[in-house]
Amino acid sequence: MSEVNTSRRQFLGWGTAAMAGLAIAPGVTLIDLAHGKPDDQPVSSKVRWGMLIDANQCHSGCSDCVTACNKENGLSGGTGPDDSQWIRKMDLKDTHSGRVMSLPMMCQHCGNPPCTDVCPTGASFKRADGIVLVDRHICIGCRYCMMACPYKARSFVAHPVTDQKPGRPRGIGTVEACTMCVERVDAGLKPACVDACAAAGHEAIIFGDLNDPNSDISKRIAEYTTKQVRADLGLDTGVRYQGV
Amino acid sequence: MSVRPATFKWVWVSDVRRGLVKRGSLWGFAILGASLLAVALTATASGGEQETSRVPLPHPEIANPGKCVADTEYMRKHHMDVLLRHRDETVHEGIRTKRYSLTNCIDCHASRKNNSVLGTKENFCQACHSYAAVKVDCFECHSSKPEATAGAVFHPIVPSGAKAGPASADQGLALSMQQHMRNGLAATANKNPGGESR
Ligand code: SF4
Repeated sequence: MSEVNTSRRQFLGWGTAAMAGLAIAPGVTLIDLAHGKPDDQPVSSKVRWGMLIDANQCHSGCSDCVTACNKENGLSGGTGPDDSQWIRKMDLKDTHSGRVMSLPMMCQHCGNPPCTDVCPTGASFKRADGIVLVDRHICIGCRYCMMACPYKARSFVAHPVTDQKPGRPRGIGTVEACTMCVERVDAGLKPACVDACAAAGHEAIIFGDLNDPNSDISKRIAEYTTKQVRADLGLDTGVRYQGV
Repeated sequence: MSVRPATFKWVWVSDVRRGLVKRGSLWGFAILGASLLAVALTATASGGEQETSRVPLPHPEIANPGKCVADTEYMRKHHMDVLLRHRDETVHEGIRTKRYSLTNCIDCHASRKNNSVLGTKENFCQACHSYAAVKVDCFECHSSKPEATAGAVFHPIVPSGAKAGPASADQGLALSMQQHMRNGLAATANKNPGGESR
């Protein structure tokens, strides 16, 4: 009897494994396209979220991505030394030719983030899917990460914050930066800046999975020359630039 | 740049815990206070919410009675534990189940009067926390107001053993509320009929 049970179990085991193997590939694609991962599943390193910014498409006068970011995350929109800026628009001028290009700069979501290396508390961390975040429950506001970041991507909240947007916590004494709109990404949406840029008709920011060779972003990176800002640092940034 | 050891994840987890342990004393006080509070509230509850003694008791406004994600007794004692656990899972692992999510608590418990869990001694969080003199840190960063719900009051989780109404009606309600929430949350329509969130 026990022998029968054993083999039956084994058979069932193989069956399940085979089924899982079949189901995973199409299932994952479907989920990714429709509504992100299931709520009760942890993020996985099978995915690496990234963005490609095409400086040729980005318009010098436009700052819709910045506005969208501020609105999405409840930032004041101020640009003073005490104001949080998660994304900045920059115009770069070639002094020889006079050519001006425009591009947004934000947290580059490094594969080897220096901010997490220096953080003494473990508050700076990289999620399995490549999004670099600050756990503001743990952050002590020492600002080492701000020193370590080569992109000046992080801001310190120096004053009490009131009237935060529900679901977008921000508070005094902690460091914050672009979260790649992690709440939206987990819900299967794109970051607010990406949608805003597309709505403005520029489509200068492409968001997607760098690990998936069939994603728009991977195809573009395979086809065109793209750059990582300060590639010499070997940080393996998740945000890439084209046309710079 | 740096080479992570294979046990990196565990190192990292312990880092997280260490961060929390630093606040151990604070939590100790919080838990002590909450236990005292739980005792006081249990006394009220068994007294049928009547003040039989001269001791004044907190009167939190319950915006949606009988629909909590767990027993009242359990939540009185352990809400801080489940919130803490859920917080780590959400921030670090991206687990976004509705049950035990602070946003979800606020969505359901915000007062109908001022649309917040804080403000007066009747607002859900403030009522007991000011009674027990336990500082509530959540709202230095988190909004005390529900996510924009266009005035609709809903709760996506109704435990199967909920008392209000027959079980089938409850489930239908839960699903429609879930749908409502998803529609509000995501532009992408989520057709997931069996999709009970945890
Ligand atoms: S400011 Fe916060 S996140 Fe940055 S290094 Fe210090 S503790 Fe870590």
